[in-house]
Amino acid sequence: MVISSLLRRRSRMIVALLAVAIGATILSGLITIYYDIPRQMGQEFRSYGANLVIVPSGNEATISMDTVKKAAAYLPAENLIGLAPYRYQTVKINEQPFMAAGTDLAEAQKTSPYWFVSGRWPESEGEALIGQEVSNVIRLLPGSLFTITGTDAKGAAFEREFTVSGVVQTGGTEEAFIFMSLPDFESMMDESGKVDAAECSISASGETLAEIAEKISANVPGVSPRLVKRVTESEGAVLTKLQALVYLVTVIVLLLTMICVATTMMAVVAERRREIGLRKALGAANRSIVFEFLGEGAFLGGLGGVFGAVFGFVFAQEVSVRVFSRSITFQPLLIPVTLVASVAVTALACLIPVRSATDVDPAIVLRGE
Amino acid sequence: MDLLELRDISKIYGTLKALQNINLTIKQGEWLAIMGPSGSGKTTMMNIIGCMDKPSAGSVILDGQTISRESAKNLTAIRRDKIGLIFQQFHLINYLTAVENVMVAQYYHSMPDEKEALLALERVGLANRAKHLPSQLSGGEQQRVCIARALINYPMLILADEPTGNLDETNEGIVLEIFRQLHREGSTIIVVTHDPEVAEEAQRTVVLEHGRIAHIHPHGSHPHGGGHDHHHHAEETEVPA
Repeated sequence: MVISSLLRRRSRMIVALLAVAIGATILSGLITIYYDIPRQMGQEFRSYGANLVIVPSGNEATISMDTVKKAAAYLPAENLIGLAPYRYQTVKINEQPFMAAGTDLAEAQKTSPYWFVSGRWPESEGEALIGQEVSNVIRLLPGSLFTITGTDAKGAAFEREFTVSGVVQTGGTEEAFIFMSLPDFESMMDESGKVDAAECSISASGETLAEIAEKISANVPGVSPRLVKRVTESEGAVLTKLQALVYLVTVIVLLLTMICVATTMMAVVAERRREIGLRKALGAANRSIVFEFLGEGAFLGGLGGVFGAVFGFVFAQEVSVRVFSRSITFQPLLIPVTLVASVAVTALACLIPVRSATDVDPAIVLRGE
Repeated sequence: MDLLELRDISKIYGTLKALQNINLTIKQGEWLAIMGPSGSGKTTMMNIIGCMDKPSAGSVILDGQTISRESAKNLTAIRRDKIGLIFQQFHLINYLTAVENVMVAQYYHSMPDEKEALLALERVGLANRAKHLPSQLSGGEQQRVCIARALINYPMLILADEPTGNLDETNEGIVLEIFRQLHREGSTIIVVTHDPEVAEEAQRTVVLEHGRIAHIHPHGSHPHGGGHDHHHHAEETEVPA
């Protein structure tokens, strides 16, 4: 009887359901975005380079690769974008001094995705990536051969020929560097297993990074992890503001949904005033009337919540793809959260009209008003 | 045995005296008609008897219980358990079928029972229209659904407000025949009406004017039995006009 009576009033029910479902959709979508923003923005910020650098501590000049591995064990694997160890040495090209850097080139690409390379990254032994400044000074282009000279770790002079695979533009000091693979560098310097620094790119908030740095400091001797403040601080500031904005919008939408649902339910109650009077004349207690209307509201809230959870994800996905060009992950917990919120908001919104419903005088039915 | 007694009832709205010093006793199984022009206090009296209003002064005793001092909550329970209401406008819920409309009264009283509701509809000759919505029923049929709804919980008092006011002659005849049947079965019926022919069916007619009982007409040779002492009623309701 209840279901068929709801079906017979479907036009009214659809209007009310639509109000609840739209509210639940936007609410669920915004909550999804609110919780996904740090992840999305974190990944977005990773394109601005490393946010944690591990350098030797105290009087140490270098870090052993074993120590780097130990420190890396404290980095969250699922959020680690890249870890590039660097070894530096001043070398000469045509008697002009330059800084040579040996690194894990694949990892360097991950930690420094903003580098713009004309040509390509080194792929084989004897290839090097030169900075724009180096290219300007010694007039080298991709494909050019050049010779690096210098003194190795043991004090012996060396001379090594490289091919320019590409020219890198970074807008920073890196443009004065010559980048090569770590094995090439170690072979040239006749020394291995040591690095001057390790750059890490981690998708995490400033607080998390600080915690990681603390753990490494405390547990790995010989290293001093440092946050790249210009990146972590601006990331934190933007995230905080963005989350505050979405939070505010979510609260406003929640209030608007409540007003919308309350208005709809008030209209439904006003329309059924005579029916309520009749029910009371037939002996319905106020409690029964409240129970019926709240029950109907909760049912609408539940159904609207189910629609909201589904369409909310679609909405959040659409926003995420359009704004961040990344898809969001589905949070199963959001289904019960949306359902409970939707039922609670609808029930709360029904309270005022339901209270007015209980004030209906059954005598108006007899009077035919 | 007296089922309902109104003792010196008055109802005052601000300066308006809707009812003044009404004294009336209704026996169990009696059929009473209330007549009077508009504004004479019929509706106020119906509301007080129907537990939807309280008198400003006086007492209402229904089935030995003084209901005029009961709380609104208790009045709702009394209305649900002891009174069956029949309305001029039928007041059926438009999105429920005939049988569901009858079941609504069951729902607030005890438990909805479709079989019993169908029997009530059968009693008023509407078994074949049970699954129809009010909009698919004629006025007479809607009134019969309203009567079935009023009867479903076996009330001790049936209160009908202009039950034939919106019906044509044929349907008026059908509804009155149902009332006659109920009366023969021992139901106590109070009918408010403008129609002298409907009032004539009752054992007594109380005529209200300006909130007072102006006359009480006993219909001495009531064709449908009941066997009440009409003279006794006439004596007890001698009130100034």
